[in-house]
Amino acid sequence: MSDPQHIAKHVKVYITVFIALLVGTLVTVMMYSFHFSSVAVTITIALFIATVKASLVAGFFMHLVSERKAIYAILAFTAFFFAGLMALTIWATHDNPDLTKSLQSAPHAAVAPVPHVP
Amino acid sequence: MDIPYVVKLREDTNLYNAKVGIWLFLASEVMLFGALFSSYILLRVGAPHGTWPHGLLNIPIGTFNTTVLITSSITVVMAWASLKMGNFGKFRFYQAITLLCALSFLTIKTFEYRDKFTHYEIWKTDGTRLTGHIEGTPWFWNTATLQEKKLDHVTVHPDAHHYAEPAQAHRAEVKAEHGADHAAGISIPTAEISRLSAFVPAHSTYFAIYFTLTALHALHVFGGALVIGYLWGPGAKLWRTDPDRFTNRIEISGLFWHFVDLVWIFLFPVLYLL
Repeated sequence: MSDPQHIAKHVKVYITVFIALLVGTLVTVMMYSFHFSSVAVTITIALFIATVKASLVAGFFMHLVSERKAIYAILAFTAFFFAGLMALTIWATHDNPDLTKSLQSAPHAAVAPVPHVP
Repeated sequence: MDIPYVVKLREDTNLYNAKVGIWLFLASEVMLFGALFSSYILLRVGAPHGTWPHGLLNIPIGTFNTTVLITSSITVVMAWASLKMGNFGKFRFYQAITLLCALSFLTIKTFEYRDKFTHYEIWKTDGTRLTGHIEGTPWFWNTATLQEKKLDHVTVHPDAHHYAEPAQAHRAEVKAEHGADHAAGISIPTAEISRLSAFVPAHSTYFAIYFTLTALHALHVFGGALVIGYLWGPGAKLWRTDPDRFTNRIEISGLFWHFVDLVWIFLFPVLYLL
């Protein structure tokens, strides 16, 4: 990556990624106007778009697509522990039947019929 | 004494030391924000029906702030690329935009916070609830404030909809809610109020995790901007004596900045849209 001509080529990639990130943001906001069948589906789609955007930032702006093995090793450990953290969280939600029920609830924001004032 | 491997690559890692250091630091940051995200998931799925607020954050402002951070991310990487191509002037230009973006992000966030500190929910003794602004837009009032001030009533300009109402109806009115078209003020006797809270961490687990995540993120934006500002100003003199080392410093500060952007990419949909 140290060759100036090589860097100049990468500038075009940076601009393309920038545009992709803006489009991703637009798609995320547009997704808000759709009404998916459950909270779980909505969360999954939103996090999928966010993951794609994050991958673009990490891959190209942070140069992870062409990094050294030592960096990948650090990230492999991070990914392992992060996945463990999230798995424990999901495990904990399934430990409690009430929490599981609310994940599977049909409406996007199932709410109790709270009377509105005035 | 010279610090080894600030420019020269180590034979075992094939990297300069600061790069290994920043990635180890970012790994710890992933776990920090990961723990808070997992807390969010637990609180979100565990919230009883009708108690998890939604639609209370301003989506256009959140979208704008996302765009601001994405813009700052490309200017950071362009600044680094400019140095690699030996163009210090362009580096200065791009990093100036980065600093402006950081300042814009924090300023907008401050206004968002201010809006929450003056926005209230009232739980009435008859079991009904409403959200809105109290006349005079006071900050941080709660149930105890009503007693301390010995008020016999409060005048409230209620929002068009309460967040506990069905999502479809609520969403149609989100724009209106964030506009200035609040209903005319209604007077509520203090005796009929069982609880009053501004949209502060004490309001609910939603706002507790919202403020924890966004304030921690804003702190990272502030810290990153300080480092970038230093390297843009007084720290830039290193370019004249050791350009490679200076370029590496810009790369390291840039990696941190991209991580801050990356965290916001997840925070925005999770807090504003879901």
